[in-house]
Amino acid sequence: MSEQTIDIATAPRDRKEDLYTARPWQLIWRRFSRHALAVASLWFLAILALCAVFAEQVAPYDPFKVQRLRTLAPPTPIHFFHEGQFVGPFVYGLARERDPETARVIYETDTDTVVPVRFLHAGDEYSFFGLFRTDIHLFGVDDRREQINLLGTDDLGRDVFSRLVHGARVTLSAGLIGVVFAFVLGLTLGSISGYFGGWIDGTIQRLMEFIRSIPTIPLWMGLAAALPIAWDPIFVYVLITLILALIGWTHLARVVRGQFFAIRNEDYVLAARLAGASEYRIITKHMLPSMTSYIIAALTLAVPEMILGETALSFLGLGLRPPVVSWGVLLQDAQNLRSISLAPWLLSPGAAVVLTVLAFNFLGDGLRDAADPYGQ
Amino acid sequence: MIAFIVRRALLAIPTLVFISFISFVIIQLPPGDYVTAYAAQLRQAGEYISETQEALLRQQMGLNDPLLVQYWRWITNIVFRGDFGYSLEWNAPVSALIWDRLGLTLAISSLSLVFTWLIAIPVGVYSATRQYSILDHLFTVFGFLGKGIPDFLLALILMWLSFVYLQIDVGGLLSPQYQNAPWSVDKVLNLLSHLWIPLVVLATGGAAGLIRVMRANMLDELGKPYVETAYAQGLSEARVVWSYPVRVALNPFISTVGWALPALFSGDVITAVVLNLPTTGPLLLQALKMQDMYLAGSFILILSVFTVIGTLLSDILLAWFDPRIRYA
Repeated sequence: MSEQTIDIATAPRDRKEDLYTARPWQLIWRRFSRHALAVASLWFLAILALCAVFAEQVAPYDPFKVQRLRTLAPPTPIHFFHEGQFVGPFVYGLARERDPETARVIYETDTDTVVPVRFLHAGDEYSFFGLFRTDIHLFGVDDRREQINLLGTDDLGRDVFSRLVHGARVTLSAGLIGVVFAFVLGLTLGSISGYFGGWIDGTIQRLMEFIRSIPTIPLWMGLAAALPIAWDPIFVYVLITLILALIGWTHLARVVRGQFFAIRNEDYVLAARLAGASEYRIITKHMLPSMTSYIIAALTLAVPEMILGETALSFLGLGLRPPVVSWGVLLQDAQNLRSISLAPWLLSPGAAVVLTVLAFNFLGDGLRDAADPYGQ
Repeated sequence: MIAFIVRRALLAIPTLVFISFISFVIIQLPPGDYVTAYAAQLRQAGEYISETQEALLRQQMGLNDPLLVQYWRWITNIVFRGDFGYSLEWNAPVSALIWDRLGLTLAISSLSLVFTWLIAIPVGVYSATRQYSILDHLFTVFGFLGKGIPDFLLALILMWLSFVYLQIDVGGLLSPQYQNAPWSVDKVLNLLSHLWIPLVVLATGGAAGLIRVMRANMLDELGKPYVETAYAQGLSEARVVWSYPVRVALNPFISTVGWALPALFSGDVITAVVLNLPTTGPLLLQALKMQDMYLAGSFILILSVFTVIGTLLSDILLAWFDPRIRYA
């Protein structure tokens, strides 16, 4: 008798039964984790977000520190073996010379100088989230004259990697804040439109059609050009995200409206109505939760649009402006052929944009596939 | 069908009025006006104009009138006389400036549109009929990359690569020595050697998205019973695929053909700026930056009108093409 109970307890649980008793989010997670690319993207974005939040710690140098003697220096790759011997991570020194013919500055790798990379190293001083001043950086080199520039330096000798990490903070947050604005607008108007239908739906639909009928880029440009140069950069930043959201919300509203139409006539909604629930309660407690996963997927897919918009506007000089550091602003340095052919590493913010946009797209695709765990 | 067209056309009219007003308001938004920008420009050049002169300029240009009056003057001139106003920066009529660049813009955009479709439709059909084949995976990767890489970045990279490996500067549309030369075979060849980059950039950007759409639509259609019936009747694969499901799957192409109209007019603004093309895009950017309001406003107005007309056209086309929409 007792043996039998043990048997039941230790018997491998039926996979099918497991499936029936699983909660929706477990099913969603199970389906999502099968999408390897989406999972990898999630990791990538999580690391990127961490870097952006802790930009001061991750970046080895102050992003605004101008160095006259290290302009347009090429990236310093990290080596592990010096003359066949393992010495841990280090970079070679850079010797600055002038081309005898053109008098242009050229850099020569000096393979005699071994500059070891130090972790948790004391470098430029910064304010730790406004709490206290410190100088601890994730990594750096302990040499007065040599530097570690993972992605080279720009024409003022500023470390591109440090600027890229600081730019991630602005660009990513602009995308996320823009999506939040778009989300609030889209959710409110989309749910009203889809729930009530009739003339309210008609009016909101016309409004959305109208906004969509204005070509995006010229409208963005028109609105962005309307922002005066003299305003506070932070204020301009908020307005730019608002402008991006002003157009982005229609897409979200359409998704929400479509979902509302689909589930408006479900039995549980009718049951809630018959039980005397208010419309606000029906929308927020019964209908919205059933479409959370769809909304999350749509949101994720909206982020890259915002990031691309911000990058394009800043690149054209209509969006954020220096001294604010964003990826679009950084790409302004790579605007002409001369600077790219001299210093191809100035394009690295572009690579960052592409990777981030791709990661958001893959993540969104994975979420969308997983959003309906009961399908199939 | 006629009732449908009339109803849609009538709906477009209030939209057009509203859009024209909005585009005027947008260009009025920035604090300061053209005179402010002009004075700043003069100061940079070392010259100086007094407050009274500024006020006089404003008076002359009618910048002191109420917004509605200015709007009314602007829109009536456009509607009744085809006069888009005067570009204050270029010292030339707006219509002349736009016409000047329109030919080239239309040429580049329509060529790139044709390329986009030539790439997207066959590739989409292939990807759907040979799902999960090696080429399908390749096209999928291409589609994602095309979506992730902004056009201007692709233009920059291509420009850099052709400079480093082919030793040619492909910015602009003509090399300097041909700029003012009369048309000749050499000049045309030179034009072609510059033209491929904008075409590649614009076509890949557009095709990447459309391939995915085409593939998804085709996959939906290929599973339907009518396709099986067609096969059962003994039709060849090419016949079955191209005569039936492709026609249905083309619907999204038709509904976006309307958007192509304003795109044709503006070209891709950012790509054109990067590649230094003499199209309308950079003109618009410059106008916006200089607060050259008649030029910028006319641009936004024309683009929006084109979009509205384009949407109308594609609605009509769609209704004509697909009876399900007509009678819905």
